[in-house]
Amino acid sequence: MADTGTQLDALVRREYKEGFITDIESDTFPPGLDEDVIRALSAKKGEPQFMLDWRLDAFARWQQMREPDWAHVSYPKIDFRSISYYSAPKRPEDGPQSLDEVDPKLLETYEKLGIPIEEQKMLAGVAVDAVFDSVSVATTFKKSLSKAGVIFCPISEAVHEHPELIKKYLGSVVPVTDNFYASLNAAVFSDGSFVYVPKGVRCPMELSTYFRINAMNTGQFERTLIVAEEGSYVSYLEGCTAPMRDENQLHAAVVELVAMKDAEIKYSTVQNWYPGDEEGRGGIYNFVTKRGICRGERAKISWTQVETGSAITWKYPSVVLEGDHSIGQFYSVALTNNMQQADTGTKMIHVGKDTSSTIVSKGISAGRGQQSYRGLVKALKSAENARNHSQCDSLLMGDKCGAHTFPYIEIKNPTAKVEHEATTSRIGEDQLFYCRQRGLSEEDAVSMIVNGFCKEVFRELPMEFAVEAQKLLGISLEGAVG
Amino acid sequence: MLTIKNLHATVVGKPILKGINLEIGDGEVHAIMGPNGSGKSTLANVIAGREGYEVTEGTITYKGKNLFDLAVEERAREGIFLAFQYPVEIPGVSNIYLLKAAVNAGRKHRGEPDLDAMGFLKLVREKLKLVEMRDEFLHRSINEGFSGGEKKRNEILQMAMLEPTLAVLDETDSGLDIDALKIVANGVNSLRSAERSMIVVTHYQRLLDYIVPDYVHVLAQGKVVKSGGKELAHELEAHGYSWVGDDAKAAAG
Repeated sequence: MADTGTQLDALVRREYKEGFITDIESDTFPPGLDEDVIRALSAKKGEPQFMLDWRLDAFARWQQMREPDWAHVSYPKIDFRSISYYSAPKRPEDGPQSLDEVDPKLLETYEKLGIPIEEQKMLAGVAVDAVFDSVSVATTFKKSLSKAGVIFCPISEAVHEHPELIKKYLGSVVPVTDNFYASLNAAVFSDGSFVYVPKGVRCPMELSTYFRINAMNTGQFERTLIVAEEGSYVSYLEGCTAPMRDENQLHAAVVELVAMKDAEIKYSTVQNWYPGDEEGRGGIYNFVTKRGICRGERAKISWTQVETGSAITWKYPSVVLEGDHSIGQFYSVALTNNMQQADTGTKMIHVGKDTSSTIVSKGISAGRGQQSYRGLVKALKSAENARNHSQCDSLLMGDKCGAHTFPYIEIKNPTAKVEHEATTSRIGEDQLFYCRQRGLSEEDAVSMIVNGFCKEVFRELPMEFAVEAQKLLGISLEGAVG
Repeated sequence: MLTIKNLHATVVGKPILKGINLEIGDGEVHAIMGPNGSGKSTLANVIAGREGYEVTEGTITYKGKNLFDLAVEERAREGIFLAFQYPVEIPGVSNIYLLKAAVNAGRKHRGEPDLDAMGFLKLVREKLKLVEMRDEFLHRSINEGFSGGEKKRNEILQMAMLEPTLAVLDETDSGLDIDALKIVANGVNSLRSAERSMIVVTHYQRLLDYIVPDYVHVLAQGKVVKSGGKELAHELEAHGYSWVGDDAKAAAG
């Protein structure tokens, strides 16, 4: 019988199932980045002056910045002038009002992906704002949301329809100067979602966006902004996948969450972008800035993510706990396989009194994957009685992968209490043998063990997402098991 | 049921089994005894097909088939069950989940439909009684935080659910106090039948007071040095393994 290492290797080797490219005429800018490109981009979207100024300011600052190199990942230097900064499906002006009007090719793409838009229409519990490349092409359930007073629209639309909200909140959590990729995003962001939940409103449905990168060589720069006014609640689901290709694609998104007094935002992500082939060729570079701020008392922000894709991930969804008694949560499952690299974690910044945060991070490394957990827990002088509990568990499959943990703790207030637990384990030959001796196939055994490892995170996901996430992990670890 | 002929096996290149011959008939209970390092557990693991146990010579025929042609899970689905000496912990996976997956894997193999939720629950509750375990046991993570006795009882619960044709109990008595031992033995005894054979691997005679074997074999240095009826266990108890050790030396000489 082959040794466990080889078997696990075979097991985690599998083809990316979502690999294909839809043939849609793209209205794409030639590669390159300068002020003119930004002006053209802004003009293309018919943006008001304030938006263009904001972009230009960000661009000017970005040019002064240097690409960060502290993350525990390695990749060839990115030539930002070889990227095209705008790509939209044809006919954006006479955009579709319903799915019937959507380009059938597009729907076909979604079908292939198994994204159940049709099903979701029937389920009627989920509103869909589908982002195809850079322009949002389908927005549904708008009416029932607007009845509740909830605004859920492409951010490009919000710039026109709700400029006062955009001016007030855009960049208020992640400032244009925040970091290299956030600044780049501010300068060239393509589109994304905008959500506004008014005071006291409980958003009547889970909000969901499917992202997909399609046109060749197009950097995609989503920008998402969610504002939850006092006493409101919203749950936002984000899931994505991309077609197979050779060139590396840069993805530098920014997500900003603002939760006022007694408001709660739950942000869930299932990410399944093309991770590159076995040798690490192709695949998405996912350099994302996600941050939420609990502005008022008892505000709550919760990030839950299941990340199985991308060649390189660089992502730290964070919460600034400004309001007293506010709560921040981070639940994460990250899987790296083959040559995938991930440097991911969270930041919890305690500012207010009696603030508390929870971090549960589950990292799975297989193949030659390298994974780092990097987390910061910071309690400022004002953070009287701040509480944090962090739990970082790593699961290794095979003997060629790596797991690393970099916890940073900065405490300025002596009443703060911070706990950190970390474990590293290996999917044992003995665990596999035990399950197989009971009649389970090796594939089922691995899937069962991994799902057990991730259970604490999965139970934080909305039901339908949890099922999808479990399936995704199964697929991600599926392979040539004999 | 099971025929072992001239079985040689190595672990990490080191010869452990050096020519085992055994014939296990339908419904028979065979005890394998022997001192530490005599190859008892190796034999159990070779039968189950564990990695790292390399067969260098000899054959095992199970229900007329060459056992070595079957993968670990195929052997399991064909009715071979190993009760582990050290049951493995699987955090986050509930006992009931594994039980259900295992039962249905066997059913699928036999061309039977999956057991539905109600049918499964009924069956598992029935079997829980055999090992005197409560319902809540089903929802705990597999073996995680279990006491030694609970782990062993859990093994017998799995065995009861899977209804194997050949059960190999690897040192099921180790780490058990007398009360737990009785519960486990009662569970095992209630599973004895004319269609189910058992191999009971143990260091001590104590277990055999409760699970009374039809045959006892003594292993020393990778060979069966003595075979007999259940009374052989008592002789061993009285004289110690050095008694057969001398025999073994005589046999080798």
